[in-house]
Amino acid sequence: MTDPAAVADVRSPLSDGEWHRLHPLTPVLRGGLFLVVVLGIVITNLRDRIIGWLFPAVADLERYEADPVDYVVSNNLILLALVAVLAVLLLLLGGFWLSWRFHTLRITGDDVEVRSGILFRTHRRAPLDRVQGVNLTRPMVARLLGAAKLEVVGAGLDSNVKLEYLSTTNAEAVRADILRLASGRQLARASDAAGSVPRGRAAVATVSAALTGLIDGAEQPVAEPASVVHIPPGRLIGSRLLSGSTLWLLVVVAAIIVGSVVGTPWVLFTLVPAALGFAAYWFRTITRALRYSIAPTPSGVRITFGLFTTITETLPPGRVHAFEIRQPLLWRGCGWWSIRVNRLSGRSANDAQSQQFADVLPVGTRDDVERVLRLFLPGISAAQWQELVVHGLLGPYDESDPYVTTPRRAWWLRPLSWRRNGVLLTPDAILLRRGLIWRSLVILPLARLQSVALSQGPIGRSQKAATLTGHTVAGQVPGAVGALDRDDAVAVWQQAATAVIEAAASDRSHRWDAAPPADPTPTTIATIDEEEGRA
Amino acid sequence: MTNTPDLPNQGSASPTTTDLEPGGGVLDAGTYDRLLEPRSANRLPLGDGTWHLLSRNYVWVRLISTLAVLALVLAAAVVGAVLLRLGWVWIPAGVVTVVTVWTLVILPRQARAYGYQLREDDLVFRRGILWQRMVAVPYGRMQLVDITHGPLDRVFGIAQLKLVTAAATTGVVIPGLTQPAAELLRDTLIAVAETRRTGL
Repeated sequence: MTDPAAVADVRSPLSDGEWHRLHPLTPVLRGGLFLVVVLGIVITNLRDRIIGWLFPAVADLERYEADPVDYVVSNNLILLALVAVLAVLLLLLGGFWLSWRFHTLRITGDDVEVRSGILFRTHRRAPLDRVQGVNLTRPMVARLLGAAKLEVVGAGLDSNVKLEYLSTTNAEAVRADILRLASGRQLARASDAAGSVPRGRAAVATVSAALTGLIDGAEQPVAEPASVVHIPPGRLIGSRLLSGSTLWLLVVVAAIIVGSVVGTPWVLFTLVPAALGFAAYWFRTITRALRYSIAPTPSGVRITFGLFTTITETLPPGRVHAFEIRQPLLWRGCGWWSIRVNRLSGRSANDAQSQQFADVLPVGTRDDVERVLRLFLPGISAAQWQELVVHGLLGPYDESDPYVTTPRRAWWLRPLSWRRNGVLLTPDAILLRRGLIWRSLVILPLARLQSVALSQGPIGRSQKAATLTGHTVAGQVPGAVGALDRDDAVAVWQQAATAVIEAAASDRSHRWDAAPPADPTPTTIATIDEEEGRA
Repeated sequence: MTNTPDLPNQGSASPTTTDLEPGGGVLDAGTYDRLLEPRSANRLPLGDGTWHLLSRNYVWVRLISTLAVLALVLAAAVVGAVLLRLGWVWIPAGVVTVVTVWTLVILPRQARAYGYQLREDDLVFRRGILWQRMVAVPYGRMQLVDITHGPLDRVFGIAQLKLVTAAATTGVVIPGLTQPAAELLRDTLIAVAETRRTGL
């Protein structure tokens, strides 16, 4: 199915086109919670007996009726009980071992495949040229054991291929291989490893690497590219404290105090759970965003964050469908901004984790915003940047404002922001500028825009206004701007409709590293056809 | 009433008719001959090009199904009021009746405001009179084309065509095409999408 020459020279032994097993500790890490729960139940049930056994002095205080342990002892069934426990343990271990044996992965030139299950086999295959990104998650416990979860993000809902768990070094290598294969670059060029690795030796390598990981304990040092943005912890904490939720806390506190004055003083005691809840929320959001770094790599933008559970995601170029640069009211004095994106995450849009993955810059200055955006949109020229920042972020300055804004007659549809509310069509993106109190600038790259809509309700019609919407994949970033002059909106709509087609036709970012541009790779089309045939 | 006479589309002589127009008059057989627009001069303009409209049978299907629902509701209300002596059932029944009658009144106008255009590289879809909406979907963005028809639709020979892109909000659903038009449109769209395929 795949060209053997193409996959022979892959650097990592795990991605040589053969089936491989995962980290040997996978069943423990995956089933660990279950074991802990069972152990916990057993221990709570035998607690008094264990205490009595360890401290005979307190043992005679109470006697329990119908204790199974007493029953076993009194009926001389100790041997049988031990055998039963041993059998259960062996069964569990056997099950774990079998599930590990049957859980295999294969990375060929075209797709990533995972087979798993003992009785019910599943076989999942993700075509590489639809890979939307690779996430590497290292939960606390797995990190101590030197293991990591890898998630290959596909384009559809619930289409992610999860590789859990791999040793940290293997995970890095597999990630690099997947992204390199997805980029369309010839593998032979990127690799200087000696030939193909036999299957047996590869498996041995996996096990030994895992054992080294076990012995080393902590995570192995991984070469990380330097981050282009540095967020001081103080700024991060400050930004979270100044977020909208703080306003809510103040409202809640005020309501409670008023309630206690007007009604009963007992209401004051609800302050404690409220404060605890907010503290937990702040703690969670802050620890999640700590240790943030963002850096360019050959295979895409690499974002790392998280204090306890470290998440590293690599976003190949051309996989971001919309950007939103936002500034809540309280951040304005500090000059902070945040960036959210719309991307295919393989999860449903209201999933908590997909919201987490939407934030590519939790908080940053205007320079940080510029650096991050330049990673994703390298084509922006200095003049365009000026247009973007000076007019897009900070609103209309003077008469030279390039944005098409709400006409004066429709000011009451956007009473505060009508001068700012506007749209600008550039050769490769639609920019939507909104909001005076909550400033935001939305960038919709034309090469990824799915469709463009124009709508008008009765109120808009009375003011000769219309709403323009760019449709992207589902996400946190809305793509609509309302209350535009009808003629302007129609003109932008028509221009955008043709520009989207041109941009899409010339876009090569799904095979971003392939050398010749005029190469419509027949394998690509074959994969898509197969994909649709199965769906 | 199932066989309305075929009317020639008066707008089909437009200069921007594309080379994508499939199969002569199949798309316009049995459809309305004029697109209904809001009266206000501030409305969204139609632009140029040929608008293909819905089948005339679509209104009948919708009328029958809506009336059937209304009849069911009224029957339930009568049963509740007469047999079970529940006076209050007339309140929800009355609300449902008013809403349904209003739907029935505006339905023919709504149906005549649906339209779609096959341009060189994209499909333009429009609908609505009070709430106008126009969408341009590039052919290359189409992920799949979905045709559904229920039992009543089959009696009247119409089908619903849904166009799916990676964005759920695109929402292009053409509800009442004649069945030959729906099938022709599906085949054309898929063939064109294949030649203009792009990334996501």
